[in-house]
Amino acid sequence: MITTTHYMVLSAALFTLGVVGVMTRRNVIIVLMSIELMLNAVNINLVAFSHELQNAVGQVFAVFIIVVAAAEAAVGLGIILSFYRNKETVNIDEMNLLRW
Amino acid sequence: MDLIWLIPLLPGLGALVNGVAGVRFFSKRTAGLVANATMAAALLLSLYAFWQLLGLPAEGREHTVRVIPWISGIPLALANGTIGMFSVPWGFRLDPLSGMMILVVTGIGFLIHVYSVGYMHGEPRGAYARYFAYLNLFVFFMLMLVLGDNFIVMFVGWEGVGLCSYLLIGYWYEKKSASDAGKKAFIVNRIGDWGFILGMFLIFSTFGTLDFRAVANAAGAMPVEAAGFGTLSLITLLLFIGATGKSAQIPLYVWLPDAMEGPTPVSALIHAATMVTAGVYMVGRNAVLFGHSPMTMEVVAVVGVATAFVAATIGLVQNDIKRVLAYSTVSQLGFMFLAMGVGAYAAGAFHLMTHAFFKALLFLCSGSVIHAMAGQQDMRYMGSLKKYMPVTYVTMLVGTLAIAGIPPLSGFFSKDEILYRTFLENKVIWGVAVVTALMTAFYMYRLISMTFFGNYRGPAWDHGGGHGSHGNGHDPHGGHGAHGEWHGPHESPKSMTVPLQILAVGAVVAGFVGIPAALGGGNAIEHFLEPSFVARTVATEHATAPARSEAETLSAAAQAAESKGGAQAETAAAAEHGAPGETAQHISWAAEMGLMGLSVLVGIIGIMTAYRFYVRAPEIAESLARRWSGAHRVLSNKYYVDEIYGATVVSGTLGGANGLWAFDRMIVDGAVNGSGWLTVFSAWFSHLLDKYIVDGLVNLVGALLEESSFMFRRFQTGLIQNYALVMLFGVFAFVSVYLFVR
Repeated sequence: MITTTHYMVLSAALFTLGVVGVMTRRNVIIVLMSIELMLNAVNINLVAFSHELQNAVGQVFAVFIIVVAAAEAAVGLGIILSFYRNKETVNIDEMNLLRW
Repeated sequence: MDLIWLIPLLPGLGALVNGVAGVRFFSKRTAGLVANATMAAALLLSLYAFWQLLGLPAEGREHTVRVIPWISGIPLALANGTIGMFSVPWGFRLDPLSGMMILVVTGIGFLIHVYSVGYMHGEPRGAYARYFAYLNLFVFFMLMLVLGDNFIVMFVGWEGVGLCSYLLIGYWYEKKSASDAGKKAFIVNRIGDWGFILGMFLIFSTFGTLDFRAVANAAGAMPVEAAGFGTLSLITLLLFIGATGKSAQIPLYVWLPDAMEGPTPVSALIHAATMVTAGVYMVGRNAVLFGHSPMTMEVVAVVGVATAFVAATIGLVQNDIKRVLAYSTVSQLGFMFLAMGVGAYAAGAFHLMTHAFFKALLFLCSGSVIHAMAGQQDMRYMGSLKKYMPVTYVTMLVGTLAIAGIPPLSGFFSKDEILYRTFLENKVIWGVAVVTALMTAFYMYRLISMTFFGNYRGPAWDHGGGHGSHGNGHDPHGGHGAHGEWHGPHESPKSMTVPLQILAVGAVVAGFVGIPAALGGGNAIEHFLEPSFVARTVATEHATAPARSEAETLSAAAQAAESKGGAQAETAAAAEHGAPGETAQHISWAAEMGLMGLSVLVGIIGIMTAYRFYVRAPEIAESLARRWSGAHRVLSNKYYVDEIYGATVVSGTLGGANGLWAFDRMIVDGAVNGSGWLTVFSAWFSHLLDKYIVDGLVNLVGALLEESSFMFRRFQTGLIQNYALVMLFGVFAFVSVYLFVR
């Protein structure tokens, strides 16, 4: 039987994977994908609790987050593409224009 | 007679037309015509006015025309504490004295205008019109001077003739000596005018009016200042300073000889016949004032005779033909002042008139000679000109005999009258004057001898070309050598010789109006002029009272005071002093004839000596000059007066000016610059303060902030993962606190 706990473990694992990806990878696209991972970890969590509590609000939220994530991915990829055209790289360490 | 204001105006219009339009557009012929026509009209008008004046009764010969008011009613405080109204009309007054003067000015002025047409024909067109504009302007101002009925109008003319004199002396302004001479004349005249202006101020503050008649009447009502030095003495002395400037008396005579740089007709008109006599005229015009100040009269007489003597001695050795005449003019002016100084106003004015004739004649003759010699003025390079220019020779001889005082020519009557009146007054001055008359005859005949007699000493000329035109006056293009070839000395054109002849006639007959009683004449001019020299109101009462010298005047005044009492009687006596008419000191007829004979003798001796020295035996003059070389050098150098003035007055003025300039530069400019430097320094100091203290504080704050921010900005790595890590730790921390600390 798959319990809520299983979902939460999966969600936490996925989230951790996402966090580690964001922290450690240098490729911006990978970082973006890691963010998507974290968002989906949250989605799993929301759906799991929605099922557990028999409340549809969680699933509404999940759908909402998916929409937002899609928009966020589009914007993020647009920025990355533009950055790539300027700098010929997607290395995150090169993105330091806001530094002191 | 109501049109007398037109007399000055006509030449003024001529000057305006020639000066504005003539210098650009007129041909020489038109310019000369305009100038001569206005002069002729003025002359005719003067003759007409004079004729009308003669028609009046002797005591009523005075006509005033007020054209327009000029300065109307400025209240000014007077010396006696009251308030006088300073009002000046453009007023002209015709009386015997001014009547005689306008005839002299317009008559001789017209002749000189005619003469100028011939003399100046070599000038370029514009300069020719300019010359006539100046000449007309001069006549305008001169007529204003003699016709003005108050001091201010007279002063306008007085300054105006000074200006024209300057303009005409400097007519050839490209020549440095000419423009220098013009400036010298102008500046020396200014010194005299200073005295004249002060005199006018004092007159107004004393009498409250500047009208000649009113001043004369008011002065006639004052006592004669026999004892000492009063207001009238001061006034007349100041006026006399003005007269010395204008009429070239010691100490201000130095400008007149230099004024000979101008064209010769100018010398004749301005510096011989008219302008220089303005001072004499002014003294005559204020005869009542001068008559009330015996001290001033003495000064006038002494200055006059001293000038006459000094100028005559200088004239003895000059070689420039015009300079001889210039010094002669100074000398004759001295005679006129001598006459004024001894109270013989009519004799002085008479001499003024006759002198105007014969000196203008002499100058024009010298101009003719210079014209003939192509601009040569040095008599050492002339000689024997008699055969080349007979008309000039004869007319100049007439002028010379007239000035030497040979009867019956005009100079004899006027000069003899002055000598006679001087003899009555003061024997010493008379002696000096007689010696001067001797020298006059000598240097004038010396001039004639060196110019017209002896051997020709000038440059040679080409006999081939124009030989036929030498003798007569039909060679209009001979003069000045500026155009064409010079064909030797030649007679001048008709427009020059005709005025000479007319003036020569004038020099002969002008004296006949003043034949003295001793020779059976009526001395008409003296009686004619007399009303101009007296205070009107009282003169009619006691026209023949026997008062002459100062002492007598006093005693007469005392007697009158006894009989009539009060101040009015005193004024009557005072007025008679001014009246030169009947004199008490009649000397015998034989003595008068003796004096007359003496002056004729003196003239003849002078002429004979000059003839002997310069024609018969020229070596005598040379040996004399060698033997008295020291005196000769002093005289040749004009007593070094110019040098003395240069060393004292001129360099003193320059030194003073330099001193003031230095003061200006050092002290005034120094103060200004000092305050400037002070401002600059304080500004610099304030700049330092601003820079290091104020800006320093601001910068310190900035620098502190910058330094302190240095460590904080290290946090801003720009690495997103850094930020994310920090954020993660933060979340961990908060969650940990939430979970465990709670």
